[in-house]
Amino acid sequence: MGSTPSMLTQYDIEEVQDHCNHAFSQQEIVSLYHRFCQLDRNGGGFVSADEFMSVPEFAVNPLSQRLLRMLDGLNFKEFVAFLSAFSPRTSPQQKIEFIFKVYDTDCNGKVAFDDILSILRDLTGSFMTEQQRQKVLTHVLEEAGYTKDSHFTLPDFVKIIGSSELKMEVEVPID
Amino acid sequence: MASSSVAADMELDRPNLEDYLPPDSLPQEAPRNLHLRDLLDISPVLTEAAGAIVDDSFTRCFKSNSPEPWNWNIYLFPLWCFGVVIRYGILFPLSCLFIVSTNWEVIEANITSKTFGVKRGFREAGGPVLNTCNRMVSIFCRLFFPVHFLLKGQDKLRSKIERKLVEMMCSVFVASWTGVIKYHGPRPSTRPHQVFVANHTSMIDFIILEQMTAFAVIMQKHPGWVGFIQKTILESVGCIWFNRNDLRDREVTARKLRDHVQQSDNNPLLIFPEGTCVNNQYTVMFKKGAFELGCAVCPIAIKYNKIFVDAFWNSKKQSFTMHLVRLMTSWAVVCDVWYLEPQYLREGETAIAFAERVRDMIAARAGLKKVPWDGYLKHNRPSPKHTEEK
Repeated sequence: MGSTPSMLTQYDIEEVQDHCNHAFSQQEIVSLYHRFCQLDRNGGGFVSADEFMSVPEFAVNPLSQRLLRMLDGLNFKEFVAFLSAFSPRTSPQQKIEFIFKVYDTDCNGKVAFDDILSILRDLTGSFMTEQQRQKVLTHVLEEAGYTKDSHFTLPDFVKIIGSSELKMEVEVPID
Repeated sequence: MASSSVAADMELDRPNLEDYLPPDSLPQEAPRNLHLRDLLDISPVLTEAAGAIVDDSFTRCFKSNSPEPWNWNIYLFPLWCFGVVIRYGILFPLSCLFIVSTNWEVIEANITSKTFGVKRGFREAGGPVLNTCNRMVSIFCRLFFPVHFLLKGQDKLRSKIERKLVEMMCSVFVASWTGVIKYHGPRPSTRPHQVFVANHTSMIDFIILEQMTAFAVIMQKHPGWVGFIQKTILESVGCIWFNRNDLRDREVTARKLRDHVQQSDNNPLLIFPEGTCVNNQYTVMFKKGAFELGCAVCPIAIKYNKIFVDAFWNSKKQSFTMHLVRLMTSWAVVCDVWYLEPQYLREGETAIAFAERVRDMIAARAGLKKVPWDGYLKHNRPSPKHTEEK
């Protein structure tokens, strides 16, 4: 698509749509493109971590750092693929896969006790001590039939979270 | 209390984690079931983050909306071309000459006055077309700088004259970009213990208001020729300077503000509590500094008519000079200024609530939407404590 595309051609739109498995309509892709260009201030063709952090609503989110690691340096096609997990057209299975990727920081396909603990730390901050967090997590794991040393794979996640009632959708404004 | 804060972290209908901690660490609450599923499901937080990536109210405040092009068919296009010719070929050079002759005289007057401190004759910039402009400006310069230096002893008279001159200068400036301004409401009077607040779209807000009444304003120090004008002419009206990036400056500025308001012969103080330029469709949070000075607050609402030109100065995108050029090459700058009723701090109202109330008034009058963000986030990142609160 080039390093600094200024206009999207029909071909580009279809390529992006294919890449994200038709999670977004063509109109939504055009809107996302405008948003991408808006965020990409220096016109480098990708949005840097700094540029994401200039959105205050994003910067105050407790999981912003984790998401930045996944978002940094993405070009537009990958950006749309990243956001495709939040489309109403994607299956719950794919959404859970996204959540799994957020947990699995070392990308080895397994989520361990420490991974879950670090996300819990991000979410609760200084409101809980490390001890309290470990206690709660151990207790909850035991209650569900797992131990502290269990490793979770994607199918495990799907089984635990279940497919229903997963509300993870974002509306793309069409201007 | 920790329980309410953690509840704020996750949604309110999710069970609290402290239910699973030993009873001696936190007060007892009715136990509800916390499943592993609830712990692993971070979808609400992720959805919020994705929502912010896709669209956020803060960036919308600073978006300059490009006007719809109306020159797209065969009839309108020549008309538009003709308009461009007039705007760039006639109006723009006129405005430039106007302004250049003004500045030339000002700079010259400044230099000569500073070196000799005595009234001197000025060279005419030449050209019969410029004569009227020059004359007006020369009068200004001949009066302003000598008045400034010779009347050092008689402060009251001097400030009165200077005030009138600054008003005149601003009218000249406004006329250079064919400003059509409608004022509604009673003209501000020079009384002590009052502060004026207005919404902020561009640096020209100040000039528009200054044309009517000489205000003292509190402004950010700017580099370049704007800074020069700030230092020389605006000093006389009693302006206060600050630096946005300097933290210690805040207390010093607060003290200066308070002193200014107390004195009765100072020009009325004008503050833009948004702290930054916002596009003329939204208002960001007002800073409470203006509202805790313990005096009457008179709101002023300013709304520009977008049909003629978008007066929003996107300070990240263009410098002030380019912004002025854009204004001068458009047909006119049309805006409405409403002077609203003075407001007082009510019983039991905090400064922040007072600021919000005034912001409501201004937003309602000028037809702007309100946004709960701090304008300074345009220049800085939100501090970690905001993240913690989340």
